[in-house]
Amino acid sequence: MSAETASLLVLGWGNRSRGDDALGPLCVEALQDALPTHLKRQVEFLEDYQLQIEFALDLVGRERILFIDASLDCRAPFEVRSALPRRDSSFSSHALSPEALLQVFVDLQGHAAPPATLLAIRGEAFELGEPMTDAAQAHLTAAVAWALDWIQR
Amino acid sequence: MTFALETAANPEGLRRVAIDPVSRVEGHGKVTLLLDENNVVQQARLHIVEFRGFEKFIEGRPYWEVPVMVQRLCGICPVSHHLAAAKAFDRVVGGYPVPASADRVRRLMHYGQMLQSHALHFFHLSSPDLLFGFDSAVAQRNIVGVAQAHPEVAKKGILLRKFGQEVIRITAGKRVHGTGAVPGGINKLVTPEERDLLKRQLPQILAWAQDAVDIAKQLHAQNPALYNNFGSFRSNLLSLVRADGAMELYDGVLRVRDDQGRILFDQVSDQNYLELIEEEVRNWSYMKFPHLKSLGREQGWYRVGPLARVQNCDFIATPLAEIERQAFVAWGQGDLVHASLAYHWARMIELLHSVEVIAELLDDPALLSGDMVASGERQRSGVGIIEAPRGTLIHDYDVGDDDLVTRCNLIVSTTHNNQAMNEAVRAVARDYLSGHELTEGLLNHIEVAIRAYDPCLSCATHALGQMPLDVTLIGADGHVLDRVQKASDGQLNRQIASAIGLEA
Repeated sequence: MSAETASLLVLGWGNRSRGDDALGPLCVEALQDALPTHLKRQVEFLEDYQLQIEFALDLVGRERILFIDASLDCRAPFEVRSALPRRDSSFSSHALSPEALLQVFVDLQGHAAPPATLLAIRGEAFELGEPMTDAAQAHLTAAVAWALDWIQR
Repeated sequence: MTFALETAANPEGLRRVAIDPVSRVEGHGKVTLLLDENNVVQQARLHIVEFRGFEKFIEGRPYWEVPVMVQRLCGICPVSHHLAAAKAFDRVVGGYPVPASADRVRRLMHYGQMLQSHALHFFHLSSPDLLFGFDSAVAQRNIVGVAQAHPEVAKKGILLRKFGQEVIRITAGKRVHGTGAVPGGINKLVTPEERDLLKRQLPQILAWAQDAVDIAKQLHAQNPALYNNFGSFRSNLLSLVRADGAMELYDGVLRVRDDQGRILFDQVSDQNYLELIEEEVRNWSYMKFPHLKSLGREQGWYRVGPLARVQNCDFIATPLAEIERQAFVAWGQGDLVHASLAYHWARMIELLHSVEVIAELLDDPALLSGDMVASGERQRSGVGIIEAPRGTLIHDYDVGDDDLVTRCNLIVSTTHNNQAMNEAVRAVARDYLSGHELTEGLLNHIEVAIRAYDPCLSCATHALGQMPLDVTLIGADGHVLDRVQKASDGQLNRQIASAIGLEA
């Protein structure tokens, strides 16, 4: 790991202008703001519209990874699970699943991927131009509190 | 150029097959095939089942916000929307033409976007089909399969895309939600350190880009029957070109060729696009059908994107891509190349061209210093047209005295190709599906044809848990015979289920 690479990568994705799809980016933003100063050099925060192949290169040299996305089918307010490399079909068009991204990392780097955790935050509505729902806002608050604690463990 | 197979003569007694949505295609699309009792295709349509509401999203906003906000219309080509909107508002603020430095920085951003988008599409969305075959095991036919079987190909794709993203980050200011282009110019020049960072990577990137063209060319050479005929149909071609006829992807005039290669329209100003194009609504799709006004809906539809651009221009002004363009033209043996799979080859020629343009721009001192913004007499409207990775992208705005957008009209690349994608589906349905039992591999043939156009059917909403593939069979009596759902992890769930409610 190079001196510049933070040991923890927090990577959230979604579209801030599509209602509850903003949960991933807004969670990243809130964590960035709330993180104690002495930890800031140990954590890198990234957000994008979608999880993309080049993020496999962002996983290099990490000790832990936290993926954050909105979810339509997890329990409210959020669910947490380990993400393991997996050859899924990634039919989700131009985007990859976290598991497929980890598998791309393994295939490209030739060694195990860093341990990764997926934080799935329950969302309800994803229409263009719509604000986040009240329910999602509450789920976000709970998820940020959990993630802040997890980061500092 | 007629609409055979768009509407069946007697649809009541036909079996329906729906593929929903098309995998590895952005957004929500659905293909329905009406089959008769002998499995012969009587009707084939690509439906867009999500209403996007772009105009509602933009109207009422201050114009200076729009180049940033429109990036959220699409998570796949945000930079293209950013630049097309900025170009439109250059006119509104009287800032056209923008200063030389602003032009160079925007061009660098645009060609970086072209490079990263084309690399993603070829190496990671289409290479599974192209390398493994359309009938290969579904578990293999994805990027992870490519990474395992051809790690060097997958890695080149990632690193090409990463380089393009670096170009965007440097010129747009951020990796996402960039703000680099503003009405009348830019808000950031390139620093010598940033330029040098990119220049150091160029020799390797150029070599990989040449390799990519070779791969695409070899695919055609190895199986000309497939690549020349799969999803092939004749059409008009529309794109921007430079005033002298050169390929031009950032700013130019509109040109149209007919299916024989004759120039129908040329030197049409982007500000006058409505004199050339009109859009038609059909009741079975939310996506409109643009066509050339003067030729009408049946003769006037056209294709945009790499296949159109490489053949619409008279030459490419960078040497390596021009050599490849000439090889592509020679492949047509005096006729235009109309095969849908030739999009991949043309796309890689553009990828190579993009790297060459980036190299030229990085040697231009205007990148590093000079005026960043121009202004002039305020106008009430403006049009910005750009050749986005998927094709011609039109942004058209009216702005009130209060600086709020009062009207906007966006015609995105995929909309231009709406009729063409439908034609590709019909060609494949006619050639591959009729008279056969339906299998996943056969259905994938249809998806391969659509993917050749790299369509972007919607915006970036990819919450975990969405069901990405849904195939429904409906019998002649209207009852659901079978339904297969394919989850994002590849699991198949087969069940008898209720009808999905889409009008055929």
